[in-house]
Amino acid sequence: MMSSTSPSIELIGSVRSESEVLFGDIRLAVRANQWTCLLGASGIGKSTILRLIAGLPTHVKLDGSIKSNDHLPISNRVSYMAQNDLLIPWATVSANVSLGNKLRGEKFSPEKKLKIIEKVGLMDHKKKYPFQLSGGQRQRAALARTLMENTPIVLLDEPFGSLDSNTREEMIDLTFESLKGKTVLFVTHDPHEAARLCESIYILGRQKTTSNRSLKPPFPKTYSDKLVFDLQYSLLEKIKSNRS
Amino acid sequence: MKAIIYIVCTFLSIFFFWELAVRLANPPPYILPTPYSVLVAFKENSLLIYEHSIVTIVEVLIGLTIGIILGMITALTLEIFVTARLILRPLLIFSQSIPVFAIAPLLTLWLGYGILSKVVMAILIIYFPVTSAFHDGLSQTPKRYLDLAKTMRGTNRRNLLYLKIPHSIPSLCSGIKLASVYAPIGAVIGEWVGSSQGLGYLMILANGRVKTDLMFASLFTLGILSITLFGLISYLLQISLSKYLKG
Repeated sequence: MMSSTSPSIELIGSVRSESEVLFGDIRLAVRANQWTCLLGASGIGKSTILRLIAGLPTHVKLDGSIKSNDHLPISNRVSYMAQNDLLIPWATVSANVSLGNKLRGEKFSPEKKLKIIEKVGLMDHKKKYPFQLSGGQRQRAALARTLMENTPIVLLDEPFGSLDSNTREEMIDLTFESLKGKTVLFVTHDPHEAARLCESIYILGRQKTTSNRSLKPPFPKTYSDKLVFDLQYSLLEKIKSNRS
Repeated sequence: MKAIIYIVCTFLSIFFFWELAVRLANPPPYILPTPYSVLVAFKENSLLIYEHSIVTIVEVLIGLTIGIILGMITALTLEIFVTARLILRPLLIFSQSIPVFAIAPLLTLWLGYGILSKVVMAILIIYFPVTSAFHDGLSQTPKRYLDLAKTMRGTNRRNLLYLKIPHSIPSLCSGIKLASVYAPIGAVIGEWVGSSQGLGYLMILANGRVKTDLMFASLFTLGILSITLFGLISYLLQISLSKYLKG
């Protein structure tokens, strides 16, 4: 559908709403073919950054720029996956997966759709409605829809936030594996996830957004990796100090 | 099933106490007939009631169909065109401040004593509930769906077709169910004001001739027809649109 080369994205500037400065000095480099993490305390405005990049309406104004290295527009090659799976309740899993194609009025290959549904392990559930699925299955369906969109840029807004720990492990592996080769911007408040998955880590602060040390590839790291725990701890300390 | 038993029992006990009250107080039959005499009147006049019922049913069904279609078209127009929303909405709300009863004589004057003025009454009385319910549903489509649609580069027309309209179906159904209850009211008001046919006419006629039992029989017929219509429409909506109504 779209060129498969993923761009890198740079966001520079300050973000303010009418009444307050949300992010005084923000400088993000989201590199191609890897996961970049935006880490910050709950409520700091992480999702707002994603909305800005996705070109969605926000209550804030960006003084600065969002650019891609290939100088092409960004918002039309973005797909978005959130904590709330955003599945359409009146459509089956299968119909939800191809929602984007339907909204664009474009033809798609049913085989490709089936392949994706199989990949996320929902073959037996493809005719079910979202309310008949478990939380993990719903998130798999949302992942399948994101894969069906097949955009070079993927924005993830705490997609694992509402899952129980077993399901989350499966989902993390599946998501990471299936989004290989894409430019992924991953928003989370969980330093553990950041340490395991992301080659670049940014910690959002009101005054300044700082780039943090991350682990060396390959990713993802295993749950019990000692290095992950060390990094997780230092990240947690920084988030806390940023909040105060 | 349990619900049906309850309803039947409730009505039976109402009839029982009614019968009892009439026997004890013994009012003249033109003030309050007994349920039994109403039943007798119903049986004796069944053909008459049937003929007039058909007229009312036809008026209601035509009015309901046209009213629902017009209401849906208006709601879609309000949703699609911002200007239409600004102009039409205040007008619609203003129109609701005039009681339909008050325009009934005018409609009869303009449209005559035939079926048309009753159909228009039914349309007028259901138009606003349908418009309002449907438009509420359309405009309350969760922003998160529309944001998703935006990242998917959906066009306005397809967003309307695949997100807003499906999302508004439960509200539209409530509007249509309300309409199915209101439409008979509209038709009967029209018949009261001026007609020579229909259950409303029959009631006025029976009232004028002090045939209170016939009047009650017509009244109950109207009630049963309205409930049946409501039940039928609810059922049809439920089975045809079930996937939009659950979850």
